[in-house]
Amino acid sequence: MEWDWNFVWEIMPTLIEGVKITILATLLGSVLAAIVGLAIALARRSPNKGLSRSIGFLAEFIRGTPLLVQLYFIFYVLPDIGILLPPLVAGVIGLGLHYGTYTAEVYRAGIDNVPRGQWEAAKACNLNARQTWTHIIMPQAIPPMIPALANYFIAMFKETPLLSAITVLELMNQAKSVANTYYRYVEPMTLVGAFFLVISLFSVVLLRWLERRYGRIER
Amino acid sequence: MTQWSGYFGLILQGALVTIELTLMGSVLALIMAFLAGLGRLSRFFAIRALATAYIEFFRGTSIFVQLFWAYFVLPFIGISLTPLQAGVLALGLNVGAYGAEVVRGAIQSIGREQYEACIAVNLGRWQAMRHVILPQALLVMLPTFGNNAIELLKATAVVSLISLTDLTFQAQVVRSQTGNTLVPFTTILVIYFALALIISWGVRSLERRMARGLDGVRV
Repeated sequence: MEWDWNFVWEIMPTLIEGVKITILATLLGSVLAAIVGLAIALARRSPNKGLSRSIGFLAEFIRGTPLLVQLYFIFYVLPDIGILLPPLVAGVIGLGLHYGTYTAEVYRAGIDNVPRGQWEAAKACNLNARQTWTHIIMPQAIPPMIPALANYFIAMFKETPLLSAITVLELMNQAKSVANTYYRYVEPMTLVGAFFLVISLFSVVLLRWLERRYGRIER
Repeated sequence: MTQWSGYFGLILQGALVTIELTLMGSVLALIMAFLAGLGRLSRFFAIRALATAYIEFFRGTSIFVQLFWAYFVLPFIGISLTPLQAGVLALGLNVGAYGAEVVRGAIQSIGREQYEACIAVNLGRWQAMRHVILPQALLVMLPTFGNNAIELLKATAVVSLISLTDLTFQAQVVRSQTGNTLVPFTTILVIYFALALIISWGVRSLERRMARGLDGVRV
């Protein structure tokens, strides 16, 4: 089958619409993952053994199961117990929770990398727990984490096509509907691949810059 | 009350397909990882460039896009694949690209003195790789390979979207036939998690076994 440039220009606006949703889902998912990851990392450090163990197991469970099934779970099971979510919201929650369990490990490594002396100095200055975290530990822990976090956000970006399975009209879904309408798969699918490749290559450049700017943590 | 026993059989069949896919995908991924990983360390520019292009391409686009491309676009250029073949191909090539970086990193992590010792005892390049470098590098690769195998297991869920009857597909069948959402999805989440635990347990025991006789060589 021949590659048809006219067809490419014809479907481009539809695909661009999809790209917007893809990027929106990635951004919202990243914010959620950053928050969820911090919450998990803090909960796992909690002196309350029950809390830290159960959160630890839950995170392990989410990390060990496929994102697609989790998306189905959020999309199909939650409405049965009365929580009706729009597809995009369900997708963002799925992405955020799944990648939150990965970013939690980044936070853990980052927090562990703050030297012991800093904790002791904070105690010596009579700072309370909240002040220690917000003024001493986090400002030192977060900058080295940024490249590793960005790495997971890029990984998340590449998983967004899964949202098409729960009817979010992102890039993949737009391409599929175009392909099914005209029964031409070559151009839409290849363009989707090209979009992802281009954005990924750009993000790799960004990542290298972040690594130079903030350094990287050894894990 | 629904007859769960029949549906449970369906889920079990799905589990077998998932396991089959994971095993075949892992074998292909392992082969590709070594080919591309060693290719990146080759003396010849052409081989290095080829390996780098393969790795960047498959890491830059998502597994989902690659799978759809293999299943929907390849037939148009004359290569028809069954869903199983497309699934194994996409999973193996994708995870292989991630594995290749692991192979490269592990080989490069072996100290310079090991190479110098090989030259000193007059080993050829191939002999040095086979008898000195790889046995040590394999141990460094193993834990990450374990993680990659779990990622591959999770990625198999995507093949349900090209109508391969794996766990996720069967869960959808059960959902549409019974109208129950909680039971099928929870069941398969638990099965996926159990499989992931088996993989990480297997890799850990393999690691212990291979570390025997290499005491003190590395961390």
